[in-house]
Amino acid sequence: MSGITPSQTVGPYFGIMVRGRSECRQVSDATAGTRITVEGQLFDGDRNAIPDALVETWQADARGRYRHPDDPGADAADSAFNGYGWAHTGKDGGFRFETIKPGPVPAPDGGSQAPHIVVSVMARGILTRFVTRIYFEDDPATAQDPILALVPAERRHTLIARATGDGVYLFNLVMQGAGETVFFDV
Amino acid sequence: MDRPLATAPPRYRRVPPGVQPPEDPAYRSTLLRHPLKPLVEIPQTLSEITGPSHPYEAVGPLITDLTRQHPAAPIGERIIVEGRVLDERGRPVPRTLVEVWQANACGRYAHEVDNHDAPLDPNFTGNGRTITDEEGRYRFVTIKPGHYPWGNHYNAWRPAHIHFSVLGPGFLTRLVTQMYFPGDPLFPLDPIFNSVKDPAVRERMVSSFDITLTVPDWALGFRWDIVLRGREATPMLA
Repeated sequence: MSGITPSQTVGPYFGIMVRGRSECRQVSDATAGTRITVEGQLFDGDRNAIPDALVETWQADARGRYRHPDDPGADAADSAFNGYGWAHTGKDGGFRFETIKPGPVPAPDGGSQAPHIVVSVMARGILTRFVTRIYFEDDPATAQDPILALVPAERRHTLIARATGDGVYLFNLVMQGAGETVFFDV
Repeated sequence: MDRPLATAPPRYRRVPPGVQPPEDPAYRSTLLRHPLKPLVEIPQTLSEITGPSHPYEAVGPLITDLTRQHPAAPIGERIIVEGRVLDERGRPVPRTLVEVWQANACGRYAHEVDNHDAPLDPNFTGNGRTITDEEGRYRFVTIKPGHYPWGNHYNAWRPAHIHFSVLGPGFLTRLVTQMYFPGDPLFPLDPIFNSVKDPAVRERMVSSFDITLTVPDWALGFRWDIVLRGREATPMLA
């Protein structure tokens, strides 16, 4: 066994990497599913915006399939959908993902998980990324989700994106303090 | 849901606690940017075991020689950085995305928030991108990054480093880290390097000079392997 390489902060200059990439495009005209926008702001413990964070997402396609060899349904996954999103936060800590509403995906116990997006937060001052999830306020399955059920009831709202109409969902991330987002050990 | 998993993929090993506390008073920027409440432990599901293993065409074209992105060569000591991406069992992680970014030879980043009084190099952007081969190997040609000051404390300087971003086979293997150079005199003084508390674990971030990678009359070679979280030996039980 060899030991894992430790994480280090992305620091303030990871924009060099992000700018060096193509624009993040998850959806094309050929993508199946309901177009949605997930947007929000990232805040620190003083409720100041974090303008130098890398927010990454990973999600299933509209039918709940991951384009990945560990998903037995991968062959049927939408090849016109890119489940990987990334965003460099703006001066206001803002991030925005133009994507599709994911479908429900299998749970380890044989049931299903409500539609959700998994999220990594990296930034200057963050040594090891923090992981969380985005659920959807207007999806009835959210209330039945087995992972959300593991979160103390009074904190579940921090993982639920608010529907603001026209397919736009608002999801803020708070690293610390009042309204602190739930982060996972997984 | 009409799609139960017939056989569940093996889980990833959990990261041992305490390797790197999220709050480090010596690294001031951590203070307001880490959760105060404990992390909520959850099982690994298909959402975390899968990940952006492909397609990489969404990310952009490969750039493996950072000295050839501009009309002329950048100033600085040309180096080769090569290594393998492996899992905890030493097995290669093939076809995974490896990206780098770094300061120029003077210790200045081509980034608008870097106000260090050192020259920019018009021939150096400092970003690279490659995909590991079947043996998990990656290779970049670049220049050795310079040391630079930062505002963490009085007379604070970072050891020379190259930032590495690796996706790995699943969401759980995502790693962003920094590769250091052997024998850097700033190691004992750097809060980010020392945020990893175990000296033996810290050493995993330090590359080795390798004469066999060194190309005569051209460039020194540094070798650095990256080890990602690996799978449990037994499959996940329902």
